[in-house]
Amino acid sequence: MTPHMLTRSLDRGATIFLAIVAACGILIPLSNLLLPAGSFLQVPTYLVALWGKYVCYAILALAIDLIWGYCGILSLGHGAFFALGGYAMGMYLMRQIGTRGVYGNPILPDFMVFLNYSKLPWYWYGFDMFWFAALMVLVVPGLLAFCFGWLAFRSRVTGVYLSIITQAMTYALLLAFFRNDFGFGGNNGLTDFKDILGFNVQAEGTRAALFALSCLALILAFLICRSVVSSKLGKVLIAIRDAESRSRFLGYRVESYKLFVFTLSACMAGVAGALYVPQVGIINPSEFAPGNSIEAVIWVAVGGRGTLIGAALGAVVVNYAKTFFTSGMLAPYWLFMLGALFILVTLLLPKGIVGTFNSWWDQSKENRAATAASAAAEDGVTEPDMAESAQ
Amino acid sequence: MLVNLPARLRTLLLSLVLIAFALPAFAGPFEDAIAKFANDDYSDTEEAIGVVASSGNPLAFPIISALQDGRLMADSDSKKVYVTGADGKSIDAATGQPVDSVPDSASAVRLNNRLRRSVDAAIGSLTLQSPDIATRLQAAQSVFKSHEETALEAVDGALAKETNKSVKAALGDARAAILLFKPDASEVEKLEAVATLKARGDQEAMALLTGMGDQPASVAKAAASAIGSIQSSLAVWSTVQNAWYGLSLGSVLLLAAIGLAITFGVMGVINMAHGEMVMIGAYTTFVVQEVIRTRYPGLFDYSLLIAVPLAFLVAGAIGVLIERSIIRFLYGRPLETLLATWGLSLVLQQAVRTMFGPTNREVGNPSWMSGAFELGQITITYNRLWILVFTLAVFAVLLAMLRYTALGLEMRAVTQNRRMAASMGIATSRVDALTFGLGSGIAGIAGVALSQIDNVSPNLGQSYIIDSFMVVVFGGVGNLWGTLVGAFTLGIANKFLEPVAGAVLGKIAILVLIILFIQKRPRGLFALKGRAVEA
Repeated sequence: MTPHMLTRSLDRGATIFLAIVAACGILIPLSNLLLPAGSFLQVPTYLVALWGKYVCYAILALAIDLIWGYCGILSLGHGAFFALGGYAMGMYLMRQIGTRGVYGNPILPDFMVFLNYSKLPWYWYGFDMFWFAALMVLVVPGLLAFCFGWLAFRSRVTGVYLSIITQAMTYALLLAFFRNDFGFGGNNGLTDFKDILGFNVQAEGTRAALFALSCLALILAFLICRSVVSSKLGKVLIAIRDAESRSRFLGYRVESYKLFVFTLSACMAGVAGALYVPQVGIINPSEFAPGNSIEAVIWVAVGGRGTLIGAALGAVVVNYAKTFFTSGMLAPYWLFMLGALFILVTLLLPKGIVGTFNSWWDQSKENRAATAASAAAEDGVTEPDMAESAQ
Repeated sequence: MLVNLPARLRTLLLSLVLIAFALPAFAGPFEDAIAKFANDDYSDTEEAIGVVASSGNPLAFPIISALQDGRLMADSDSKKVYVTGADGKSIDAATGQPVDSVPDSASAVRLNNRLRRSVDAAIGSLTLQSPDIATRLQAAQSVFKSHEETALEAVDGALAKETNKSVKAALGDARAAILLFKPDASEVEKLEAVATLKARGDQEAMALLTGMGDQPASVAKAAASAIGSIQSSLAVWSTVQNAWYGLSLGSVLLLAAIGLAITFGVMGVINMAHGEMVMIGAYTTFVVQEVIRTRYPGLFDYSLLIAVPLAFLVAGAIGVLIERSIIRFLYGRPLETLLATWGLSLVLQQAVRTMFGPTNREVGNPSWMSGAFELGQITITYNRLWILVFTLAVFAVLLAMLRYTALGLEMRAVTQNRRMAASMGIATSRVDALTFGLGSGIAGIAGVALSQIDNVSPNLGQSYIIDSFMVVVFGGVGNLWGTLVGAFTLGIANKFLEPVAGAVLGKIAILVLIILFIQKRPRGLFALKGRAVEA
């Protein structure tokens, strides 16, 4: 990516967005670490972790917007990629516990000792090394998405059919991960983490660093998405979204484009999951629940599909609302609100917050231009014209 | 008369009577045997069990069953034995006279495993002559299981008197089982026993035949061939059983999916709130039963018949309301419909949770839906059978409705070519609303049936929604027959995979197979052909 491409792909909104994320990524950890506890400007540690969670959701939302907003692929199984990335990171964190577990086994995580495993299953090999786990965070979701997409896009499974089978995929994974003998901790999942790269996951410094890293990942993910959608590739993706058959007849290999963007999106979701797990401290099979994936789609819809910024904004807004409402006395009404949000956004705000704002902005710009043009024209208006228009 | 005697004399007489009972010289073999329980010796206890069981004394059954439950108390000093009842009252085991209290020195007669078997056998033979058919049958079956040699006499006796056919057969089986394990039974008797067990042909008969140990060559050979024949017949029956379970699961899937086949298949609307329509139907059944329970308890057996039309109306009305207020603005935007109806499902779930509470509500089975009957080696429960019948009936009615009624004709016309239908004067928006209402109403009556086999909770619908979509997509959209075939195929495949792979892995395998199948035939098993599907 050349600097020229970077500047070209950034409009004013994107610059503001990146500036805000970067500012948050720097200022919030600094305020948490440097200011005295209880000070008015100090961000408490629990809020750092909470906002870190939102940032991870924002990355997931970006991944969904990339395929749904720009290529028309509505995946109802993106939570699966998110959770797989999370599990890869969770496996690394489990191996880091070492002898500090309840059973003190240097190799086997507690749940394996409990389930009478005699040795580590082969698919747990290598997860004691961070680089390997980090690689797997990208490879496992990417590979699954590649295989799934390769089958689905080549046989031209589109629209709601694709949505339904992605939902079936995450449902099948949900069932599989709930099994104890699958080797991933059954319904308890992976938890009780101690260290990440030698730093205590509970420590304030680690949490602040993870938050900063999540913001950095969000910025990178945004730049990657931005460069994809503003390139020629992105134009083809939009063409596929709007008229798939026509794009195919024009000679584009639709399935290759879709496969690329789907795999890329899955990798991004995996990274989001990997950053999510150390900040939340647990990963369990409920992350695979189909409902989670659909909820992630609604973040994008609320923020505005096909705007990228909107996706990230929607994720933060909806999740902030969720935290706000589910913690108070309004908790029983949260599902009513979430449900109503789904309905109202699709009915009344199909472009989402950012999309609606953009079209309002464009409209008012046009109006201003029109007013200016008519004001300029008024000077040269002749008498009879005035009389005519008055009649 | 005793009452007229002076008090002192009365006391004297009473103590004489008591002494007479206590004296060994007066006692018969039954009383001797009872005293043996107090010796605290396993072989004496075993002997005593044998004597008591064959004594014909009316006290025999209470004594042996007390022994089984550890309620038979023996005092080793006075050689007295007491039966403590479950109600805390005690009787003297030898005489049957009530006693005020069991002396502290008495302790429960101890049993070991061998004795426990003879106790079971003794209980079996004691109840073999009960006037109640069910008790006799159970006794014969328990003798069959224990096949204690000591019970042979009792079985033969009962067999001679027995008139009921099924009890007689059970006694015959029990006799064969005893003879098979009796070391001194003749070869002919043993061969006959093997033949009887072969005719019985179930898992238990096979267990007996495989576990009978050393036998004469001819008997061993007959047993081996019997085992072979039982195995093959069991294999057939287990296939039949899997097929039945599969049909049953298929009928549940079909019932849940059939409404979806209309809204998704015929209208192309992705209704994620479909499961909630099923749930509303189930809760309608609950409300109907509550009203019946409190007001008209006599009508309970008809509760489902009342609930079916009500559930159809309630769910159908909600369906029409949803179509008019939400779905109609989203035609042609399937992905948005999906999201909006998902939101709707959250709202409906939470509404039901608020109204009825988050826990399971109890919906009862009417008498004609509870119970089961045996067919060969498999058990068929009435509720599963009725659900299958009901599902097929709903399917047939729906098919006939689409084929023969005016609304059905209009629905098909709108499905095939909306604009042309509109030009012909069909009020398409009215047809849309009614079609959606029909699909929702059928989901509602599915809820009535599913309330009989599933927990009625706000999450009821969620557990069916993914399966229902799988059925419709697998069978082919826009084709009711495809839905039928899809549902039964998936149901049967699931049940045949379950014994091999386990329930969860079987389900995962089915999901993966469907995902792969969609790749091969993106439009399902019975796809509509032509240009319309591309639109």
